Amino acid sequence: MNKAMNQSNKKLNIGWLFLMAWRDSRRNRSRLFLFISSIILGIAALVAIYSFGDNLRQNIDDQAATLIGADLVFSTNKPATPAIQKLIDSLGTEKSQEKSFVSMVLFPKTGSTRLTLVKALEGKFPYYGSIETTPVAAGMDFRKGKEALVDKVLMLQFNVKVGDSVKVGLVSFKIAGVLDKAPGSIGIASSMAPVVYIPMQYLEQTGLSQKGSRINSSYYFKMPGNADMEKLVKKIEPRLEKDGVNYETIQTQKEQTGRSFEDLTRFLSLVGFIALLLGCIGVASAIHIYVREKINTVAVLRCLGVNGWQAFLIYLIQIVCVGFIGSLLGALLGTFIQQILPWLLKDFMPFTIDVNTSWGAIGQGIVLGVLISILFALLPLISVRNISPLNTLRISTEEISLTRDPLKWLVYLLILAFISGFAWLQLQDVIQTIAFTVCVLLAFLILTLIARLLMFLVKKFFPFSWSYLWRQGFSNLYRPNNQSVILIVSIGLGTALICTLFFIQGLLMQRVTLSSSGNQPNMILFDIQASQKAGVADLTRKQGLPVISQVPIVTMSLLEINGKTGAQLKADSLGKGPSKRAFRNEYRVTYRDTLVNTERIKSGEWVGEAKPGDVVPISVEDRYATRMRLKIGDKMLFNVQGLPVNTVIKSIRTVNYNRIQTNFLVVFPKGVLEQAPQFYVLLSRVPNSKVSAKFQQLVVQKYPNVSVVDLGLIISVVDELMDKIGFVIRFMALFSIITGLIVLIASVRISKYQRMQESVLLRTLGASRKQILAITALEYFFLGFLAAATGVVLSIAASWGLASRVFDTAFHPQILPVLGILAFISLLTVVIGLLNSRGVLNKPPLEVLRRDV
Amino acid sequence: MENILKITNLSKTYQSGGQPLTVLHDINISIEAGSTAAIVGPSGSGKTTLLGLSAGLDRSTTGTVELNGIALDNLSEDQRAHVRNQHVGFIFQNFQLLPTLTALENVMVPLELRGEKNIKPRALELLAKVGLESRSHHYPSQLSGGEQQRVSLARAFSNAPKILFADEPTGNLDAETAEKVVKLIFDLNREAGTTLILVTHDLELASKTQRIIRIKGGHIVSDEPTDKIMVHG
Repeated sequence: MNKAMNQSNKKLNIGWLFLMAWRDSRRNRSRLFLFISSIILGIAALVAIYSFGDNLRQNIDDQAATLIGADLVFSTNKPATPAIQKLIDSLGTEKSQEKSFVSMVLFPKTGSTRLTLVKALEGKFPYYGSIETTPVAAGMDFRKGKEALVDKVLMLQFNVKVGDSVKVGLVSFKIAGVLDKAPGSIGIASSMAPVVYIPMQYLEQTGLSQKGSRINSSYYFKMPGNADMEKLVKKIEPRLEKDGVNYETIQTQKEQTGRSFEDLTRFLSLVGFIALLLGCIGVASAIHIYVREKINTVAVLRCLGVNGWQAFLIYLIQIVCVGFIGSLLGALLGTFIQQILPWLLKDFMPFTIDVNTSWGAIGQGIVLGVLISILFALLPLISVRNISPLNTLRISTEEISLTRDPLKWLVYLLILAFISGFAWLQLQDVIQTIAFTVCVLLAFLILTLIARLLMFLVKKFFPFSWSYLWRQGFSNLYRPNNQSVILIVSIGLGTALICTLFFIQGLLMQRVTLSSSGNQPNMILFDIQASQKAGVADLTRKQGLPVISQVPIVTMSLLEINGKTGAQLKADSLGKGPSKRAFRNEYRVTYRDTLVNTERIKSGEWVGEAKPGDVVPISVEDRYATRMRLKIGDKMLFNVQGLPVNTVIKSIRTVNYNRIQTNFLVVFPKGVLEQAPQFYVLLSRVPNSKVSAKFQQLVVQKYPNVSVVDLGLIISVVDELMDKIGFVIRFMALFSIITGLIVLIASVRISKYQRMQESVLLRTLGASRKQILAITALEYFFLGFLAAATGVVLSIAASWGLASRVFDTAFHPQILPVLGILAFISLLTVVIGLLNSRGVLNKPPLEVLRRDV
Repeated sequence: MENILKITNLSKTYQSGGQPLTVLHDINISIEAGSTAAIVGPSGSGKTTLLGLSAGLDRSTTGTVELNGIALDNLSEDQRAHVRNQHVGFIFQNFQLLPTLTALENVMVPLELRGEKNIKPRALELLAKVGLESRSHHYPSQLSGGEQQRVSLARAFSNAPKILFADEPTGNLDAETAEKVVKLIFDLNREAGTTLILVTHDLELASKTQRIIRIKGGHIVSDEPTDKIMVHG
């Protein structure tokens, strides 16, 4: 028997299966395409992001030299030691130096002031690319005289023009040109600290390079064409490390930029992947209904001698073909969308991106699309094998059920493996991969459970007393072959993404705004020298402004923890002792005898005054101690401007960062640092922007080295930053929303075939067009409303969690915008539902009944 | 003459509402090759179930079904599908044509499944026999009920089956069309020498066969040659 069967199967070649797949699809092609259309956007998003990533890599390779502007760069925030100076003198065929620091500048034309990043430059830097200015020549010419280049945003903001002047410290410079772009600069950075270039020879005269000022020095080298940079770097690296000098070459710049943007493209890929997963659920749901409609056809084929696997293959072939076409369309759309991405991300890019078609990305997208359509279609499709030929005689006594099919579990396993495999490819980290997979599954699970719960509640508390139309519309939510779960999951997830983003943005803004309310300080003056301390405080009071606090700051570096240097910790660290990262940065430390009102001792004991001759008792901030794995009793040896100071951690403090306050990682007691070189920070409160502008002018004129930060400015910068980041995330969330809408359209069209017979029957029984319209509208209104409401509830829960756990603040959702979102999504669902049902409404019942639906 | 179908001690029990429901009890039938027989009985008597089991569409709970010398009970569903393709033809009350295939393609499917070559002329010839050569490229939805049943007939005979099962073949047709279809069934059957088993509650149709098996409540209540019934009648 088996032998005979095998012989017959050999004769029945794969060609016949393709032929049958083709024949069977003849009357269903538009529907099949609709099933798969929900993955088009997901594939489009991924292809766009992959193409963008490919272009980015290519551009980084091509433009790395212009990003850094030189072959080799040294940067340090300490004066060059004799050894380093000797090294600098010995390197390069040409060299340039730049000193940069944060300082206030004044535009005398308008009297306005602004905190900027001043860069004093000498030499012919950049050696690759250019400082882009208007006029073009200004980029090089400003170095010859008392001239400056001013960031274009700053120029616009204060309405100054080329030829006007800008005062930096004690010196007024003529503005030679508008700074459009400096090598390696990122658009968004200019809103934080816009750049002003001045010639190095005038730095001394500005009075801003005094001892204690925080100045960062960079040395740019042009090397001979035949220089072996790898060998050179290997040779000088130990020396540079010893003296705390960082270096960059074109190669390291390439790697570093590549790494940063790899993270960006990975993040965007994951967001795109969520849209794709959403589409996949749409595919699975649609194929489930498609298979149900095919039961009779399969049963007839089985009667005629087709075996289970052959029947399965006929439909698998259909899915593969339509999946391929869908993926191809998605890839085309993605290639088009990638033209938008560089524009969308331009504020985060250090260079302009040339967009080219990435065949690799297109290939990846198509393979992924086909794979994913097969994988998610498999779940309902494997049941085709179990359709009994008995269905031709009567409805089978056994409902085709997936739960008893062991292959179902294999498919689930494959889907899980696929999701985590994809996440791993993007994240390359096991923990993050598990976290992402679990989060995705949880989100889908919660939405599914909520959807099922809603359906259960609708059924349980059905409003029997309502009118017929309302009852009919309502009951469609839970009747057989309904699309409630899939729609609630897809629209709910899209709504949840958008709403959470909206809430978090509001939360952050609210937090910053709250900080400036009441009697909280809203203006910070820093870099006040010891000699200026009394004068600045006096000036503040004379303007009728309070001196809320005036805090001394001493800069120092860490030499040892528990007798071990950073290098020793690096060598023998097993990840249990203090982290070597503690050695990376310079410490800005204050000293006082009491805690301030934003601090609380978490463990240990606060010691306010040091006893002469004892090891100095210090206090460390809680989160920093955790990150650096520091504990009570650890000994820290600091280098305070050349003098070693032994300390021991006596207490760990928690700090409330919600208030504007000078907060410190390390606090010294009184009696140690009083004689060390130090500067001061003064906190005050200004009533309005007019007073603020006037006060800033006075400070800049009298104390040009003192920088002023107005909280109003911080709020506007945070707002701008949030807007830009929010825009990118909203753009990506849009894919989920549109995918949700496509799933909605597809589902509505599928349910249209389910509902058609019923609507026609109702019309035959005398229901008017208006009544059918009302039933349909009500059904989709309930669906859209429940889906959007689920999404909003989830986003409120997520935002509340983020507010209390991450941002440590109370969360009060804004009601009006939420109601707006609810109404919009409900309405959109109704419109799509009605548009799709018009076929039934506009035709006479007989025409529909006779048609082979 | 040799038996093409041999049913021994057959019974079938379903689970209905958690309770076992036996729809066929201890059935024993033998059908000679080339003969015609009708299974008659009231609705719910188990005649369609008996047809399904005889054709290998389902498995019996107890007993055996032997079709053309092949014991169906030990075969898997896929093996039974192969047997159906090789030896069995079907005619259904509701025609059961594949809606996405043309009349011609519907007739060709059983032959394609057997991997036969040059099948189109044979399928067209069969369509011509049922008078539908000119409608060969029409889809089922474009054909009337009688035309659909005639396509179904052509399909049933396309693989030259040894046995043909017909489940209420005229149940969905008007009297005039039904008469034409019945004539066609018997003409084609005679021509091909196929065994015919009819399930019907139409005694007039049943009387056209050589033997009538009456079934009631899952039991065979009589099994006699038609001419004998007519004489007694």
